[in-house]
Amino acid sequence: MSVAATPRLGVPPIQPPVDPPVIAPGHSPASVGDKISSVVFGKMPLWFYVGMAVTFGGVMMLLTALTKLVFTGIGIWGNNNPVGWGFDIINFVWWIGIGHAGTLISAILLLLRQEWRTSINRFAEAMTLFAVACALLFPLFHTGRPWLAVYWLLPYPNTMGIWPNFRSPLIWDVFAVSTYGSVSLVFWFIGLVPDLATFRDRTRKLWQKKVYGALAMGWRGSARHWHNYESAYLLLAGLSTPLVLSVHSVVSFDFASGQVPGWHSTIFPPYFVAGAVFAGFAMVLTLMIPLRKAFGLEDFITPKHMDNMGKVMLVTGLIVGYGYIVEIFTAWYSGNIYEWYMIHNRIFGPYRFIWMSLILCNVLAIQPLWFRQARKSVAALWIISMFVNFGMWFERFVIIPTSLHRDFLPGSWGMYYPTRWDFATFFGTIGLFLALMFLFVRIFPALAMFEMKGLTPDAIVKEPVRG
Amino acid sequence: MTTLTPQLPDGPGDLHGLMAEYATAQQLLDAAGQAHRAGFRAMDAYTPFPIEALSEVICDHQKSKVPLICLSGGVVGALAGWGLEYWTSAIDYPMNVGGKPYNSWPAFIPVLFETTVLFASFAAAIGMFLLNGLPAPYHPVFNVARFREKASRDGYFLCIEAQDGMFDRSETRAFLLATGALEVNDVER
Repeated sequence: MSVAATPRLGVPPIQPPVDPPVIAPGHSPASVGDKISSVVFGKMPLWFYVGMAVTFGGVMMLLTALTKLVFTGIGIWGNNNPVGWGFDIINFVWWIGIGHAGTLISAILLLLRQEWRTSINRFAEAMTLFAVACALLFPLFHTGRPWLAVYWLLPYPNTMGIWPNFRSPLIWDVFAVSTYGSVSLVFWFIGLVPDLATFRDRTRKLWQKKVYGALAMGWRGSARHWHNYESAYLLLAGLSTPLVLSVHSVVSFDFASGQVPGWHSTIFPPYFVAGAVFAGFAMVLTLMIPLRKAFGLEDFITPKHMDNMGKVMLVTGLIVGYGYIVEIFTAWYSGNIYEWYMIHNRIFGPYRFIWMSLILCNVLAIQPLWFRQARKSVAALWIISMFVNFGMWFERFVIIPTSLHRDFLPGSWGMYYPTRWDFATFFGTIGLFLALMFLFVRIFPALAMFEMKGLTPDAIVKEPVRG
Repeated sequence: MTTLTPQLPDGPGDLHGLMAEYATAQQLLDAAGQAHRAGFRAMDAYTPFPIEALSEVICDHQKSKVPLICLSGGVVGALAGWGLEYWTSAIDYPMNVGGKPYNSWPAFIPVLFETTVLFASFAAAIGMFLLNGLPAPYHPVFNVARFREKASRDGYFLCIEAQDGMFDRSETRAFLLATGALEVNDVER
């Protein structure tokens, strides 16, 4: 049946809403390339050095905390007998979740032909890599002596002649996270190659030509190369899509396959994936809003991007909120006293303030995103994204220590208090993450130049008649 | 318009081809189509961003081999992942874990999936670079000054290579100029 636009009598035709452009008008391939390159080749503002110094201080704090840990043992952390997983796993899950936005933007939105992704994908992919690096530090150092822990994490022939237990979700996790990190790195690098070639041709300094030239591997923009390149890029997007969904699902299996009330739940995989995307988009906004302002990239990161990211955050946030409701319903409907006590303990127990903060940040604070005015306002989006960053961290806290500290036997109940070393390690990884982001925008093109060039009017060609 | 490029002594060995520069992507695409129809096959176009229609003309409507390499990588990855799990859990050191069978295939799926994706992705990436002959520390096209300056920024180039059977230095130059090239340069080896 045809639904062609035949206006009914008396009804004015509906005007399509004016869609803000993905890239501001008046840009050519040259101006896009020059503008994005100028971030790297221009003079860095003072705040860059100040920011770099502060975050580098964070890296030093991380190194101090890890050195102390290796020399002393994980007794310096707050983990104790009922609460074996504390900050280490909270922060691991939090960081891994943040990484998910990068792959979602670069892979899933590519397959869905969302052109607006082009100006934020490079940056978000870098964020993924650095977030995964921060995440991996936690389980690694939670083992206390990482150099002795490899034999049960990775399958290699060791002197004891034993192998990891492949039936364990913890081993799935090792494979999922390391595959995720490796594939994200490859995807990111492949995307960078043509842009590194642009840098190689642009720079006038010989040593920079050598470094960028080596990294660009002799890329020359040949049509034959682009042919294979586009194919590989699309395949990597197709492969990353199920991969990113699998990673947080596998992370959630670490909990869901345990018997602890509050963990043993089939809703965990989708709930974790939605939470990951939620956290990731919040972090993209948190970093993108200042970056866009600082380097004058408003032409490429337009109100349309802000609007769309706000919408994604709202949708995933609502899924997460639905997850909270289902957890409460399931606990009540199960009729199991341990499950029901777990919910009661979350809401009214000693960690009730964390639960309340969680609801405030992840459920209430995102509600303004229903309104266009809020999604248009950069300040409002930034504030909401900060709420979500905190909220997702609270969520991990609610799931992990709050479930562990009071399980079945009241005789084995306890409390968990993080120590200063827990905080030093956590804030240290935030410093590491931000320091890597600072270095990234200093060294590499933060926006995918060749993809942006392909969106300019000059790039539109008429298809020739085949023959 | 022609430029004053130094004329090299005629000989097949010292010339990679002739490189024409165009003002727009559309002109390059049209010129590549004309060259293809004229019968040139040993040619390549250079653009700062991918143009699908152009790649189709230049590659003579051949499909890329990357998907096949990627699929092979995925199959190898799946077999390697399951092989690793089966061999370690059922052959080398069979251990009873919670009464589960040695070959607990449902529990082996997550790792199998990850190795499949890992191998397929690396195969696609490495296969792409190898098919493209990269890394390539040297290529004759970089001998053209305009190319170094513009190709990765906003230049649109078409290079007809000397190895093409129809290549003739002066005739091919005239042909390229007739397609609307801004300038035509010799590409020295």
